Amino acid sequence: MSTRLATGGRLLDRRRPMDFTFNGKRLRGYAGDTLASALLGQGQVLVGRSFKYHRPRGLVASGAEEPNALVNLGRGARLEPNQRATTTELFDGLTATSQNHWPSLEFDVGAVNARLSRFLPAGFYYKMFIHPRPLWKYVYEPFIRHSAGLGKAPTEADPDTYEQFHAHVGLLIVGGGISGLQAALAAGQAGKHVMLVEQTAHWGGRAPVDGVTIDGMPADDWVKNTVEALENMPNVVLRTRAMGAGVYDHGFVTVYERLTDHAPEAEGPRHRLWHIRAGHVVLASGAIERPLSFAGNDIPGVMLASAVRDYVENWGVSCGDRTVVVTNNDDAYRTALALRHAGLEVVAIVDARTTPDGPLLREARDLGIRVLTGKGIGAAKGGKSLESVTICAQAGEGAPLEEIACDCVAMSGGWSPVVHLWSHTGGKLTWDAERCFFRPDPTRAPTGADGQPSVTIAGTANGHLRSAEALCDTAEAMTAILGSDIQAAEAQDADEGPLVPVWLMPQGAGLPLRQKMWLDYQNDVKVSDVQLAAREGYESVEHTKRYTTLGMATDQGKLSNINGLATLSQALGKDIPKVGTTTFRPPYTPISMGSIAAEARGEIFQPLRKTPLHDWHADRGAYWEPVGHWRRPYCFPRDGESHADAVAREINATRQGVGLLDTSTLGKIVVKGPDAGRFMDLLYTNMMSTLPVGRCRYGLMCSENGFLMDDGVVARLDDDTWLCHTTTGGADRIHAHMEDWLQCEWWDFKVFTANLTEQYAQIAVVGPKAREVLEKLGGTGLSAEEFKFMDWRETTLADIPARIFRISFSGELSFEVAVPAGRGRALWDALLEAGAAFGITPYGTEALHVMRAEKGFIMIGDETDGTIIPQDLGLGWAISKKKDDYIGKRAQMRSHMADPDRWQLVGLETLDGSVLPDGSYAIAKGKTANGQRNTQGRVTSTYHSPTIGRGIAMGLVLHGPDRMDEVLEFNTVDGPTVKARIVSPVFYDPEGAKQNV
Amino acid sequence: MLTFECPYCGVQADETELSPGGEAHLTRHGPESSDEAFEGYLFLRENPRGVHFERWRHSFGCGKWFLAARCTMTLEVFGTYAAQTTEPPQDILDKITGRRPGWRRLG
Amino acid sequence: MSEVTIRKQAPRGMITLRGDLSVPALGAACAEVNGCDLPARGQAAHAGEAATLWMSSDELLLLLPQADVPDALTRIGAALAGSHHLAVDVSDARTLFSIEGAGLRDVLGKLTPADVSAAAWPPGALRRTRLAQVAAAIWLRTETEAQLICFRSVTDYVEALLHTAAKAGQVGFHRPLR
Repeated sequence: MSTRLATGGRLLDRRRPMDFTFNGKRLRGYAGDTLASALLGQGQVLVGRSFKYHRPRGLVASGAEEPNALVNLGRGARLEPNQRATTTELFDGLTATSQNHWPSLEFDVGAVNARLSRFLPAGFYYKMFIHPRPLWKYVYEPFIRHSAGLGKAPTEADPDTYEQFHAHVGLLIVGGGISGLQAALAAGQAGKHVMLVEQTAHWGGRAPVDGVTIDGMPADDWVKNTVEALENMPNVVLRTRAMGAGVYDHGFVTVYERLTDHAPEAEGPRHRLWHIRAGHVVLASGAIERPLSFAGNDIPGVMLASAVRDYVENWGVSCGDRTVVVTNNDDAYRTALALRHAGLEVVAIVDARTTPDGPLLREARDLGIRVLTGKGIGAAKGGKSLESVTICAQAGEGAPLEEIACDCVAMSGGWSPVVHLWSHTGGKLTWDAERCFFRPDPTRAPTGADGQPSVTIAGTANGHLRSAEALCDTAEAMTAILGSDIQAAEAQDADEGPLVPVWLMPQGAGLPLRQKMWLDYQNDVKVSDVQLAAREGYESVEHTKRYTTLGMATDQGKLSNINGLATLSQALGKDIPKVGTTTFRPPYTPISMGSIAAEARGEIFQPLRKTPLHDWHADRGAYWEPVGHWRRPYCFPRDGESHADAVAREINATRQGVGLLDTSTLGKIVVKGPDAGRFMDLLYTNMMSTLPVGRCRYGLMCSENGFLMDDGVVARLDDDTWLCHTTTGGADRIHAHMEDWLQCEWWDFKVFTANLTEQYAQIAVVGPKAREVLEKLGGTGLSAEEFKFMDWRETTLADIPARIFRISFSGELSFEVAVPAGRGRALWDALLEAGAAFGITPYGTEALHVMRAEKGFIMIGDETDGTIIPQDLGLGWAISKKKDDYIGKRAQMRSHMADPDRWQLVGLETLDGSVLPDGSYAIAKGKTANGQRNTQGRVTSTYHSPTIGRGIAMGLVLHGPDRMDEVLEFNTVDGPTVKARIVSPVFYDPEGAKQNV
Repeated sequence: MLTFECPYCGVQADETELSPGGEAHLTRHGPESSDEAFEGYLFLRENPRGVHFERWRHSFGCGKWFLAARCTMTLEVFGTYAAQTTEPPQDILDKITGRRPGWRRLG
Repeated sequence: MSEVTIRKQAPRGMITLRGDLSVPALGAACAEVNGCDLPARGQAAHAGEAATLWMSSDELLLLLPQADVPDALTRIGAALAGSHHLAVDVSDARTLFSIEGAGLRDVLGKLTPADVSAAAWPPGALRRTRLAQVAAAIWLRTETEAQLICFRSVTDYVEALLHTAAKAGQVGFHRPLR
């Protein structure tokens, strides 16, 4: 059983005890603890259950690579699942619960899966749930949904805040071990703008734990001095608790900084996601130890040798009373020595190598530690905690030579450099057969915008596992980057003999043993699963990964990757480099969703665009319709009124008296210059150059492939100036479209444009009483004779300078009044007051839509969908035949565009007066090859018309205009068809008498 | 996440400040053109694995379109230049051939 | 930690002037209406509350008292009568904010991908960029005061963004130059 030692723990502050709970149990740790070390310190070895078999799981590692110790952290709104105990710093009051078990961690019903494990091999789900089909919906899917997922999702909104920060630095160094520190010192002294980030709360990495001496002092002292020197450099930014999450193109790096996870009472954002643009990136990301594949290697108490060492050195925690060290390399001997120095019992060192030798080994022997060579662990035994291991010959099949009682195994299968970030943006790897790991290939580094290597990897991460080599490598790397000779700090650590690869322990293990050798602890992938995948024909490592789920857990295979690969390569009889690795993708470890959203939540989730009249609409209880980022009133319901009732009321009031509409969102783009007329003729399908000053014309704009993209009224302001109105959604898009043609095609044209959409508040005054209202506000010369339909003029209304357009989108007498946005509210209030006697009624977008449909006017986005040309909509009259060219003209000459079988716009009137479903299809005889009904048209706009008292619609129908009065059948969702008659799309006032008064 | 220098403002623009506009140096074919010429103009693109000339708009900046020579494989940027040209400038072409000996422009 | 103050400014007269910036008459006309020199590329020139901002290779934004705009437009029109240009009143289309305090670079760095370090963005420099999800022009008037111009419709959004970023405190990344 694990326990806290009376002394020791370089990171621990024993004067500051901290209380926390795990599964409701009150426990105690100290400042400086991680949740993992605190749990171990209190004898809590069992920390969770595995995903598939619900096997008991204990801590394996001491850092970001931990696969097992994922807990639900916090409670209520601050509950967060899948938090790694090894990277969670302890704080007073921390609350954690273990995951993936029911009803309790100690007794878990799901563990029955483990008994069935023989029947749950790789690919089980793919094989099992294919047949019979009906079982999927009622049995398999509910079962899988119940078992899927790790941890509990919080049910309340996250009360914490998050932020992002954009930083531009000359040199970004990832990893605050001795290599990263030395790199930062060199670059800082050279005057570079440097940022150094370290994922843990402490500088120095492994060197202090491993007892390294640097420049004649203990590593801890060298680290302290170096950090102090860096802190005094104004050109250096240092951050702990900041993990390099992802490396992207052109020097873009995301860094995930955890600001208050360790101090939840602190003010300010919880996490900060840095968006860094670095001139160059240095990765000093270290290495991760690999487990060994022996039977029972997942029993709680079996841990990485480096982790056992960390717990005793950093946190004064013993992981067990009787430890067996099992290894294929010299480094693990350091763990045996550390334990012995702490007064703990190391029962044996089991070394798979036959003739290992080196100073570390000799030291162990000198201390009287039993060293077994050429041996391995045949099986680890125990349930929720380790009880014993059997020793076997590594060369054999696992016959037990002896059984050793122990409660901790410290294993080491060698080390793998952390090459993840190097690989994120295309850095390639090369297999180092001698040391058995993938190392970065410096000749194939990630490159930047200049085509030169943009990332340098240094130290342990570059495959130099020993401190002295790592520092020399870093100095070399910095010499190349800085262009001046950098001296390495001098490190002294024990010499090490060569490692011998051990991918299976013992090497001749039979199936019963291999079925108990775990590669991926979290996802329960065993050696036998990977071997089965290979037998079933999975040769690609990427396919094997997905078939077995190896490396697909939240730890992304940090421990399992190389062991799994080696197992696959052996099963395939291929060299490891031939099998290759899976792709490393960001982030390095999971980052919070909050940090990705950052400030974009609640009120500022998205920009909300407000018209100058927004507040009035809001005060009047407008029911909003989002139109792009704008909010426009859909209608203004009164107390107790339904939206449909409100819309009908607004329409009737407008058609019978006068209505008001906020049209400020319509695009308003000025086009000016000596060549503006020529440009307007190319932009619109109509002739715009001939438009007289003072007049308006409705115009259509097509894209170069002929499709209708926008429409609106154009006004000629003066000789060389036109004002183009666009749709609400089109303002920015059409302005960009104009600039594209002016800048990239017709750059010889003398034309300037300006998007003045937001300069004006625009209000449509609509209805038979509209003129009287404007006249009450001092408008003069507005009579039918003086101010004709499609005229515009400048005048003053309510003492506000205004531009009035006599245009109509409703079929009524209508004036659109534009005033500077800042005066919009004053005009609106004046109009309401002046119109009160006529029952003036503000209306929303739905009334606008219904009224335009009653008049057969098309709406961009309803009647058009990016495949519609003006000719489909009966708008041939708006296409100039006199012009040689306009954007889209050539495309409209293509055979498909001129096809008489293109569906054409018509009106539709249901026989029973009902409203056709939106998007409904007109059914034709026969079926398609897929067995679906043939169609001959579809509904594009459909409303209840209060004016006509029935459902009206517009639609596109095959040969529609030639089939007036014909009755078609339209489908509904899961209901009977509806009959509708083809009619003219103009339902209301076809003569246009109403707007010409 | 690319960065390009906007040749108009001279700033290093972040990809999120830019809008992409597809292949550069297309020749517009109008109403008089043949079906083949028009098809080539409207639809057919080089889409090379390597050096590419493309259009970008500094949409969150000065609003100007500019052209960029970029390797679609390595994302190396050989240069950016004003959109008011039908051909890549010689200094950009020289830079590309310097970096990619034997390279020849498609089309 | 230094406080950063966000203040929405009273409406200011603004004129968008597009034209050939190398035409001497253009520079002269600008100087006449608001007293500011023609700014160099990526710069803003100011005289008191008036300013001229370089927005693009053929576009300036003139800041001046709002009451002076109609007269200024007339004068620009007369001065550039023979030369192709576009001058329009955009006073109501945009909102001006001031961001004051030594920590303003840290606040802006939370919202814009632009490099707002002292080296890349010294006093006088203007950058048009993205502020979270909308377009903005930021201009450093002095080492401790920036002005920001955004579109009118997103005023509330931008104001809330700036307050959120300022409230969250300093990052400690941008330090005053020694």
